[in-house]
Amino acid sequence: MSKVIEGLLYSESHEWVKVEDGIAVIGITDFAQHEMGDLSYVDMPEVDDELTKGEEFGAVESVKAASDLFSPVSGTVVEINEALEDAPELLNEDAFANWIIKVQMSDESELEELMDAAAYQAICK
Amino acid sequence: MKYYDKLIFELSKEGRQGFSLPSVTWPDSLSSLPSGLMRAKAPALPQVSELDVVRHYTNLSQMNFGVDSGFYPLGSCTMKYNPKINEEIAAHPGFAGLHPMQPAYSVQGALRVYKELSASLSAITGMAEFTLNPFAGAHGELTGLMVIRQYHISRGDTKRTRIIVPDSAHGTNPASAAVCGLDIVQVKSKSNGLVDVEDLKPLLDDTIAGIMMTNPNTLGLFEKDIKEIAALVHECGGLLYYDGANMNPLVGVVRPGDMGFDVMHLNLHKTFSTPHGGGGPGAGPVGVAAHLAAYLPVPRVVEDEGGMLYVEGCEDSCGMISGFMGNFGVLLRAYTYILMLGRQNVRMVGPLSVLGANYIKESLKDCYELPIPSICKHEFVFDGLKDKSTDVTTLDVAKRLLDYGFHAPTIYFPLLFHQAIMIEPTETESKETLDSFIEIMKHIAAEAIADPDSLKTAPHTTPVRRLDETTAARQPVLRYSKEV
Repeated sequence: MSKVIEGLLYSESHEWVKVEDGIAVIGITDFAQHEMGDLSYVDMPEVDDELTKGEEFGAVESVKAASDLFSPVSGTVVEINEALEDAPELLNEDAFANWIIKVQMSDESELEELMDAAAYQAICK
Repeated sequence: MKYYDKLIFELSKEGRQGFSLPSVTWPDSLSSLPSGLMRAKAPALPQVSELDVVRHYTNLSQMNFGVDSGFYPLGSCTMKYNPKINEEIAAHPGFAGLHPMQPAYSVQGALRVYKELSASLSAITGMAEFTLNPFAGAHGELTGLMVIRQYHISRGDTKRTRIIVPDSAHGTNPASAAVCGLDIVQVKSKSNGLVDVEDLKPLLDDTIAGIMMTNPNTLGLFEKDIKEIAALVHECGGLLYYDGANMNPLVGVVRPGDMGFDVMHLNLHKTFSTPHGGGGPGAGPVGVAAHLAAYLPVPRVVEDEGGMLYVEGCEDSCGMISGFMGNFGVLLRAYTYILMLGRQNVRMVGPLSVLGANYIKESLKDCYELPIPSICKHEFVFDGLKDKSTDVTTLDVAKRLLDYGFHAPTIYFPLLFHQAIMIEPTETESKETLDSFIEIMKHIAAEAIADPDSLKTAPHTTPVRRLDETTAARQPVLRYSKEV
C-alpha cells in the first residue's frame, strides 16, 4: 500500500504540491515511485523556465519505463533539487521528503483543481 | 553452459600476432614519415593469435541464445526462424562483392532484386510504391512521417504539426514523431483494448497531420473500427500511418492499403525472416499510396523503355535518408524468403502465427491472468500469474523460464498492465515446441505457489545469475580502460 500524506495537494498524474508562501513545492507521490520501480534518472527543467499547468516539465526514468512529469501549476521555476541529478534513488527512498522543483505560482487559483489526500488515495488502486 | 567473460584485450600478450608479413626491402621506414602524421603512442590493440581470436568469439557465441538454439517467444519481435538459404543467397559473390559506387549497368541484377522486392511488398500490403532505403523499423517510421510532412507542406498546408498516437503504441511511434518535429497527441484505449473512437473524434481538426496505428495493436487485438477511424482521419485532412511491426498475422490475409492506410513501414527483420537481435542490421521499407509516391526518399530505382534499370532522384522527394540503397544484404534475405514461400505458402504465414498464439493463450489462461479474453492475432498479453497471493512477479517468471531453456517473452510492455507478459510464438514453431513451452509455463505457475524462492532467485543455470539492472542504469560503465 502506497503512502499518502495529509495536507498536500495531488494531481491525477501523481505529482504532489506543498504550498509555502506562494511557492509550490512539487514532487512525485509514493504511488508513482512505487509504480516506476528503481529510478535511474530525473530530468528537470532549468531555473527561470516558465511552466504551464498540465504541461510536461521533466521526466523520470527507471529500468522499466520512462514517464513524463506534468506541472500541477503554472509559474516560474525558482529552484530545482540538484541532489536528484546524482541520486535519483532519493525519490524511491522517500518520495515526499524529496521535492523535485519549486515554482513561483502565477495563478494560485489553479490549486483549487488539485485533489486532497483522501481524493487522491481513492484514485490509487 | 561454460562460463566465459574475458575481453579480448585481456588475452593480449606482448608481441603475439596472427599474421606474418614479408621482411621489408624498401628504404623508407616509419621514421621517414612527417612527425605531424605520427601518433605519439601506439594504439593499445589486442595482440593475439588466430586461435586466440577463434576461441574467444566461439566461447562468447556459445553463451548467446538465439532462434537457432531454442524457442524465442519475444512479443512484438516476431522471432521466426531465418531459413539458411537466405544466408546462402546473400553470401553469393555476385551480390556480396558489389560496391555501392558501381555504375548501374554493372549492377542490373541487384537493381532488379530491389525492384522485384518492392513489387512483392506492394502486393502483400496493398501499397502502390515502396522505398527499401530505411535501415530499420524506427528509421522507416521517421521516413514515413517525413513523407506525410512533405505531402502537407507541398499543398501549402503548414498548420498540421500534431500527430495522434494511441496509448498502446510502440514507444518508437511517439519517439519518431518527435524526431520529425511533430507534437504528439495521445488517444486512449477502451477497456476492450481497442482505440476509443469517441475519444478520437474531438482531437481531429486542421492541425492533425495524421494518426499512427499498429493493427493488430500491441495487445495482439485487431482494431475492428479501422475503417471508421480511417474515414474520420481522412475527413479532417490527416493521413494514416501503419506501424508494420505487427504485420505477421495479416500476411496473405489482410492488407493495410485496403484498411485505408496511406503510409506504412515493414520490419523485414521481423515479418520477412531476416536475422535480428543484438541491434541489427535491420531494414524498414516504407510503402505509400499512389498519391504519396512522389514524396518517397531518394535514390530510387527506375526502369527505362529498354528495360534497363538505373537510379535517380526526384524533385518532390522528402530527401535522402540513407547512404545508397539501404541494407542490401538484408533486402536480399527477405527477397529470398518471399520467393521460397511463393504465392501459395505466403498465405499461410498469418493464419498459422495466429493459431499458435491462440493455442498458447487458451492453454495457459487458467494459470496466468488474461485481462482481455478474446481471439488474439499473432501475440497476446497476460497480466502476470493468476494467483496473486504470492509476491512472485512477472520478472521472476521470465527469469525462471531461462532455467528451462526458453528465451523469456517480452515483459512489462505494453504499459497498460502492471505485470505484462507478451508472448508471440510465430508460425515457424512446431506443436511439440509449443506444448513443451506450455508445460513449463504451467510448471512455473505451480512452483510460484509451492516454492516461490526458486523463482525469486532464478535463473540458476545460466552463465550469469540475476543482474543488478538498477546499478547498471544508475552507474553505467561504458568504457573499458586498460591498465597500463
